[in-house]
Amino acid sequence: MNNTLDFGVVLHGQYGAMLLSGIALTLQLALGSWLLAMALAVLLVLLRLANQRVTTAVVAVYVSYHRNVPTLIQLMIWYFAIPTLLPASIQLWLNNFNSEFIFSLIALGLCQAAYFSEDIRSGLRAIPDGQTEASRALGMGYIRSMQLVILPQSIRNALPALINHTVLLFKNTSLAMVIGVAELTYATREIENYTFRTFEVYLLSSAAYLACSLLLMGVGAILAQRYQRALAR
Amino acid sequence: MLDFFSIIQQNWLLFLVGQYPNGPLGGIACTLLLSLLAMLFAIPVGLLLGMARVSPWRWLSYFAAAWVYVLRGIPLVMVVFWTYFCVPLLLGRNVDGFTTMLCTLVVYESAYIAEIVRAGIQALPSGQYEAARAMGMSYLKAFRLIVLPQALYNMLPSMISQLVSIIKDSTLGYVINVQELTFAANQVNNQLLTKPFAVFAIVALSYYIICFSLTWLASHVEQRIARKRLNSPSAGAAKAALLAPKP
Repeated sequence: MNNTLDFGVVLHGQYGAMLLSGIALTLQLALGSWLLAMALAVLLVLLRLANQRVTTAVVAVYVSYHRNVPTLIQLMIWYFAIPTLLPASIQLWLNNFNSEFIFSLIALGLCQAAYFSEDIRSGLRAIPDGQTEASRALGMGYIRSMQLVILPQSIRNALPALINHTVLLFKNTSLAMVIGVAELTYATREIENYTFRTFEVYLLSSAAYLACSLLLMGVGAILAQRYQRALAR
Repeated sequence: MLDFFSIIQQNWLLFLVGQYPNGPLGGIACTLLLSLLAMLFAIPVGLLLGMARVSPWRWLSYFAAAWVYVLRGIPLVMVVFWTYFCVPLLLGRNVDGFTTMLCTLVVYESAYIAEIVRAGIQALPSGQYEAARAMGMSYLKAFRLIVLPQALYNMLPSMISQLVSIIKDSTLGYVINVQELTFAANQVNNQLLTKPFAVFAIVALSYYIICFSLTWLASHVEQRIARKRLNSPSAGAAKAALLAPKP
């Protein structure tokens, strides 16, 4: 191994392109599974708010499974196990069609939806009942009292946890390398295998991950501050 | 469903201890040993980092903050590969996967434990520390005798939750061929080839049982602490002394 750091080899030509496409795929995976997770989380919270015994149990089981089984195992279940339950024609179709990416997106999204729904729910629960009652007494409908009184406060409560779990989701995208999605960690390993520039390439990709995570945390801090100020007014 | 039980029947020893008497310890035993050792070593490191973070010495707290932010900002897989390359370079000889993963987990989880410790210390009313200093205790003595005993007790539920995280994180040992439960699952899966659903269901269930019981324990301990705080004998005695009519 060379003792001097030389980023040139890793940054230019085909390896630079591999690194860039890895970053692009990581960001796509993170964004896609975030959207899926958020949509599902809202659905789960609504089911929970319906306050029926069956829906509450379903949501509880969903959340409990996704929080107590490692994400890597969930990913393997989606990639190795679920396709075998599908009909052969669909399996064939999936194999032609970049199935690693789709399955990792689904697995990460479903897993994080459990965390997001708990964050939103505890944000809602922290609002005293008096708030709802007061806004209803002022003549607001359910939707309006939610929109004007309850949600703005609960978003402020839930924001720090949501940001933390968004960062977690972003970091979890690296798990997709295990099933062969060519995202940043996978690309890093490939480049290391070809060039033996271990430190250079790992430094670069770690820095990329760190920059994105810190950016998310920073945006989260700014948002939290703005909500705080909006409420103080 | 029948697959499920026949696979357990044929492979339970592999799931439980790997190839232990004839090879390295594996399976659930390896997962648990790895996680517990990681917790054991990460707690002192995290404790020092957390104390450094709230310390009045500025450079120490900057160092601890940087440590925490860097490790919270990069994925665990990256840390696994870093230790995989760095530990042999530092020691000058090769180490096995188990040790590598143990080092990774200690380094990575120390950042999260440091945050728990910081939150625990900051949640304690500052009067405790101030009173200790006013009694003439030094900074370290006040921490050792007054702040930490109370803060550590309050942190207990978060620490148990962190152990659950460590157990879940130890699955990444699979990437560098540590023979823990995930590795055993893939071994069995590769032998059978046609029953992935049953194999992974067994593994998911094993993890679920371990992690769920620990989560339950954490919430149980949390409730107990909350109850104790509500009607602790010492607080009650102090209140009674204050309210008692003067003779």
